[in-house]
Amino acid sequence: MSFKDIFNPKSRKKYITLPPPSEASSPHIPGFETCPQCGSHNNEEQLQKSYRVCPGCGYHYPLTAEERIWMIADNNSFLELDDGLMTADPLAFPGYAEKLAKVREETGLEEAIITGKAEINGEKVIMGVMDRRFLMGSMGSVVGEKIVRIFETACAEKLAVVLFTASGGARMQEGMLSLMQMAKTTAAVARFHQEGLLYISVVTDPTTGGVTASFATLADIIIAEPGALVCFTGPRVIEQTIHQKIPEGFQRAEYLLEHGMIDQIVHRKEMKQYLSKMIALHSWSDKQ
Amino acid sequence: MTYKYSLDFEKDYQEIEKKLTELKEIAQNKQIDFSHEIAALEAKLKEYKEKKYNTLSAWQKVKIARHPARPTTMDYIAAIFDEFFELHGDRCFRDDPAIVGGLALFNGVPVTVIGHQKGRGTSQNIKRNFGMPHPEGYRKAVRLAQQAEKFKRPVICFIDTQGAYPGVEAEERGQGWAIAQILMQMSVLQSPIISLVIGEGGSGGALALGVADRVLMLSYAVYSVISPEGCASILCKDVSKSSEMCEHLKMTAQDLYAMEIVDEVIPEPLEGAHINPNQTYKIVKEKLQLHLDELLNQKMDDIIEQRYKKLRNIGIFREEVFIE
Repeated sequence: MSFKDIFNPKSRKKYITLPPPSEASSPHIPGFETCPQCGSHNNEEQLQKSYRVCPGCGYHYPLTAEERIWMIADNNSFLELDDGLMTADPLAFPGYAEKLAKVREETGLEEAIITGKAEINGEKVIMGVMDRRFLMGSMGSVVGEKIVRIFETACAEKLAVVLFTASGGARMQEGMLSLMQMAKTTAAVARFHQEGLLYISVVTDPTTGGVTASFATLADIIIAEPGALVCFTGPRVIEQTIHQKIPEGFQRAEYLLEHGMIDQIVHRKEMKQYLSKMIALHSWSDKQ
Repeated sequence: MTYKYSLDFEKDYQEIEKKLTELKEIAQNKQIDFSHEIAALEAKLKEYKEKKYNTLSAWQKVKIARHPARPTTMDYIAAIFDEFFELHGDRCFRDDPAIVGGLALFNGVPVTVIGHQKGRGTSQNIKRNFGMPHPEGYRKAVRLAQQAEKFKRPVICFIDTQGAYPGVEAEERGQGWAIAQILMQMSVLQSPIISLVIGEGGSGGALALGVADRVLMLSYAVYSVISPEGCASILCKDVSKSSEMCEHLKMTAQDLYAMEIVDEVIPEPLEGAHINPNQTYKIVKEKLQLHLDELLNQKMDDIIEQRYKKLRNIGIFREEVFIE
């Protein structure tokens, strides 16, 4: 393939054919969930006990924000912050208001991130959890503002920040306002770092685009769930625009660890322990 | 003037201009006085062009912003600065020709200049990767910006890219990580920064040079979260809807000025910077001088504080306060 092909109108056409991601074609059985990786049928109840990880192949099912908080925060310790922030439709973008209304009803979420104060095995933190069910966890004005506020709150209260990211990138229906959230959140992270406080980001499947290129990768410690896709440009877009062949396992957590982009891969059932120990290590001097 | 490449909406009046020039030649050769008629025609043509250019659609502006003859970063550097010492490389992997940078003298003041560089013609464009940087380009930019900080020089950035390169090698070397780093470093850089969008500002790859104390934009430049084609293919599954999406994305200089994302719109010659580059360089130089003077008269701490506040306040949403 030559480089000029990018601008060849014939090859442009390929840009618009977006094939649906391939999924295991096993039939759906009620009460069971099919593992998209190995195709085995997992009992719903059993999945809940195994942290929604496939017992067969170790595939980490996507979590909702609520499930994540329930798995990480101590019982009754989570206090939601800034839940009054509501998304407007600043550009009056066609179809945006309807999409928002629909996804709000489907998910019961107000936006693509839930933030709050929590305790993880007794360690106080400010926590943010993104939910990919809400417009692919895309970052618009509200997501950006909530992230800035958790860093500001953490600065004021001298607490560590733990962020679970899952996002398709910037939310195009808010135009440049959403692109600027990258700069806005990044500036808040920069200030937070100057205070000498700990920021751990847990990148989960998928974390892409403007979120990867801003706060998600600016943490002191970046950990990933096994198999998580973390990238700026996703594999499908690379294939469609540049027509390059994607290597096996490309942009997945294991690949990123090998290429020096993340600190560690942590299995979901060890996540809570890992986080609390890491936070405790960083607050060692305060406790002396 | 010769037109090597004309946009569809340029063609119609360029035809008339050509005929008018011919008429003038004939009149001169045959010694016939058509001066009144020619003046009338010229006035009419001017009126026609003004009307046309004052009502350009967003999509037409995108076409001007992407015009192959539009001045690039290196053209501005050659025209605006007295001397330029290009500095290369990120000290880790290689020199990325899609981002140029170095030291320059601006009206006698040493400054650091960094900009996306598109090529002219196919071979140049392949060398410059069509102005689409790899991670090493952004790492070079951070290196040069931090050098500016050390030597207390202002930084001037030129934005002109479709976006960061969406390829396997770029991803392998951490495109997202590199862009995040430059955004963070620029947000706290202890040097005044001015960014000027001269052509296309495409997504995160453009924003990487856009964290600044002053963001200026040429009047036909565009700046967007996603290309109109990308937006149309994702939302409508149909690239032919690009021109429509283009209006909705609010990506023109005028839209962004209204949204307070851009501080000033610098007027281009009526038919665009590529028709009269010298006039463009002159006004860009004047405006840069104006903003630079303002910034150089402020304390660095105040500049950093304002830079943060400006970014902090971008975003439109509603907030409801629940009383328990």
